[in-house]
Amino acid sequence: MDLSLAPPSAAVLSFAEEVGATGPVAVLGGRTHWHVAGELDAGARLVRAPSGIVAHEPEELIVRCGAGTPVGELTEALAEHGQMSPLDPASPDATVGGVLSVGYSGVRRLRYGPVRDLLLEARYVAANGELVKAGAPVVKNVTGFDLCRLLVGSVGTLGLIGEVVLRCRPIPAATRWLLSVDADPWVTRRALFGASAVLWDGNTTWVLLEGYAADVDAEARVLSPSFTEVAGPPPLPAGVRLSLAPKALRGLSASVLGGPFVAEIGIGTVHVASGAPKVASSSNSSGDARVAMLNRELKAAFDPTGRLNPGRRP
Amino acid sequence: MSPSSPELLAELRAALAPIRVLDSPFEKVLYARDASAVGYAPPGVVCLPLTTAEVQACVRIAAAHGRPVTPRGSGTGLAGGAVPLNDPVVIVTTKMNRLVEVDEDSRTAWVEPGLLNLDLSRQVAHLGLHYAPDPSSQQTCSIGGNVASNSGGPHCLLHGCTSAHVLAIEVVLADGSVCVLGGPEPDAPGYDLRGAFVGSEGTMGIATKILVRLMPNPPTIRTLLADFASIRDASAAVSAIIGAGILPAALEMMDANCIAAVENFAHAGLPLDAAAVLLVEVEGLAAGTEIAASEIVAQCRASGARAVRVAATVEERMLLWKARKSAFGAIANIKPNYYLHDCVVPRTKLVEVMEKVVDIVESRGLIVLNVFHAGDGNLHPLIVFDRREPGVEEKVQQAGKAIIEACVAAGGVLSGEHGIGLEKRDYMALVFSAVDLEHQQRLRDVFDPARRMNPEKVLPTGSWCGELHHVPEGAWI
Ligand SMILES: Cc1cc2nc3c(=O)[nH]c(=O)nc-3n(C[C@H](O)[C@H](O)[C@H](O)COP(=O)(O)OP(=O)(O)OC[C@H]3O[C@@H](n4cnc5c(N)ncnc54)[C@H](O)[C@@H]3O)c2cc1C
Repeated sequence: MDLSLAPPSAAVLSFAEEVGATGPVAVLGGRTHWHVAGELDAGARLVRAPSGIVAHEPEELIVRCGAGTPVGELTEALAEHGQMSPLDPASPDATVGGVLSVGYSGVRRLRYGPVRDLLLEARYVAANGELVKAGAPVVKNVTGFDLCRLLVGSVGTLGLIGEVVLRCRPIPAATRWLLSVDADPWVTRRALFGASAVLWDGNTTWVLLEGYAADVDAEARVLSPSFTEVAGPPPLPAGVRLSLAPKALRGLSASVLGGPFVAEIGIGTVHVASGAPKVASSSNSSGDARVAMLNRELKAAFDPTGRLNPGRRP
Repeated sequence: MSPSSPELLAELRAALAPIRVLDSPFEKVLYARDASAVGYAPPGVVCLPLTTAEVQACVRIAAAHGRPVTPRGSGTGLAGGAVPLNDPVVIVTTKMNRLVEVDEDSRTAWVEPGLLNLDLSRQVAHLGLHYAPDPSSQQTCSIGGNVASNSGGPHCLLHGCTSAHVLAIEVVLADGSVCVLGGPEPDAPGYDLRGAFVGSEGTMGIATKILVRLMPNPPTIRTLLADFASIRDASAAVSAIIGAGILPAALEMMDANCIAAVENFAHAGLPLDAAAVLLVEVEGLAAGTEIAASEIVAQCRASGARAVRVAATVEERMLLWKARKSAFGAIANIKPNYYLHDCVVPRTKLVEVMEKVVDIVESRGLIVLNVFHAGDGNLHPLIVFDRREPGVEEKVQQAGKAIIEACVAAGGVLSGEHGIGLEKRDYMALVFSAVDLEHQQRLRDVFDPARRMNPEKVLPTGSWCGELHHVPEGAWI
């Protein structure tokens, strides 16, 4: 009766074999986020996830690819059919599996949502070397518990992702970045119906508008006259990445943060150049100890010997 | 079910108020099932807490008496998820129904779980905001139930289902402790426990407060009704629209049987001689919405639409949606009972699977209406019947099984939005291996090691790979 238990590809099977069942192990992606979430134990063996696009199905708005595929390669392949999967990492060398495991969303999150919502199916290698399937290659699915969400942002500590199916979207017809040195970013965001990004460094506000050209132009006209066209977003400071409640961004300054910053208005992500910011990522509710316990027990349940990405913790 | 022990009742009545602990037979039968015909089990006791602390008290008292807990919202679920199995304490959230706080900067709101989906949108309407997921049951289903089911709705094609709109959940766990999963910040530390909880159908704890994302109301909305002489043409139009790079807000299909039923009920001017209609909605800024609407008209015509009508007024638009959302009410005119299925297939398999579904149902002498979210390939075959006819229930069951198998064979899944609950629990092995299921079980066990929250739901019990492919005992009573 195994009607849809589509067998894993040969590439995924050999990836599982390589991961094996014993000894500390980690997946090497594009090395673009290697130091996120702790330093990997020196003894860990490095493996690579399969790379390459297995199938892009434009009329289904999905793509299946190896987790080791560089995002740049994926972006190019999808663009051939006018589509994208907005993983938006800082570097196109980042691998699909790497972006998902780290779980960082790009600056277009305001419009496209977080990266966690892109993952429809994952084939991952469990700590005992077995292959596991989470989700399915369809755009809407509530069949069983949502292990896909759990994998995103888990920095490879619950399972090593070998192959994924991602949600795609049409590439917007028009794209414009605009900048103003004296606009209020909050007023700006509220004035717009659907900005893809509103960035702010304490002085300057950048806005990304995407969609039909007529819509983009109409939104640009809503902006205060101080906005002018720019080629793209500012470079994002790569020192510290803070995750704050969106309303906590009001009143941020370089002095509070200990360095220059770019904040994602309406989202709460703050990219800080360096140093030790005096603001901590929020969350100190009474249930935190219980949440910490759930996190520990989850890790213990999925990787009892702690062999997957030892040294790292989401 | 056995009567509850006097001690259990006394403790619950002391913790809540006596009036909010129900144990009379007349009251209890109201909580014996959900909106489906799957399962029936009058519970021993039903609690109606007002606060998180009261939920905690109920959970702790239940634990002390060795009783499981079944969370319940409005009871509109369609997979038997809220059916109280194993003599649980039923905890109903309907009295926890406040909109607690709106944050306009973040476009978010904290709500209590019993707040009804449509009431949330109504209460934030004056701010120009709304809550996007819109199940057809939105007038009566609760946000807590939506979270537990990861519910969808017509407008989830563009905006995503419940999980994409829930940022944080305050949860009472099986041990009576309370914690917040996720948070207002974009990337809460640790694993995405929020994401794991959404869609857990009451098996990982009770949601007692939810931080939802709100969306700005679109300045322009265009609703189109396209009339087709065949389901094949209508399905081709679905693929053509998506293929043209348009992602409508909603893209729904109704077949001839459904059109006849809802037209008789809602009088929306649907074409009674059509084999299928598409109801398509685009929303956004004025210019782009007009462009998308005319492109959709062109794609529908190119795919063979006999006529495409654009709703000229808000009233006309509302009437079309009323027709779409009243399908369940309308069927009462045909037969007294229904069984609504929910499965997803790749969009390109819609025609093939629909033809199979019609064949499966009609070859058994039954009637099926199709009304569904075509844009995401989410089929909702609705079988109508009269259970007083001898042997009919068995036929409906067989047809249901054959429909599920046809969807899975086409590369689909068991459920797109109604969940697994009790209804499809024993079909899980059709789409997941024993190892896949065991990993899902591990997740559940982290939240609820003793498996006391909503027992017997979602995951097949006992042997994973057994041939348990039948609707569970007790269904269809
Ligand atoms: C006419 C009709 C149309 C429908 N249309 C749609 C549709 O378009 N899309 C769709 O997705 N669904 C639809 N449904 C199904 C149903 O409305 C949804 O599943 C809804 O989310 C259930 O909400 P509820 O409050 O009624 O939950 P209930 O039925 O009370 O419970 C559903 C499940 O959630 C659990 N639960 C409830 N509250 C909590 C809580 N606070 N914490 C933890 N667990 C909880 C229960 O244990 C149960 O497993 C429809 C149903 C009907 C009758």
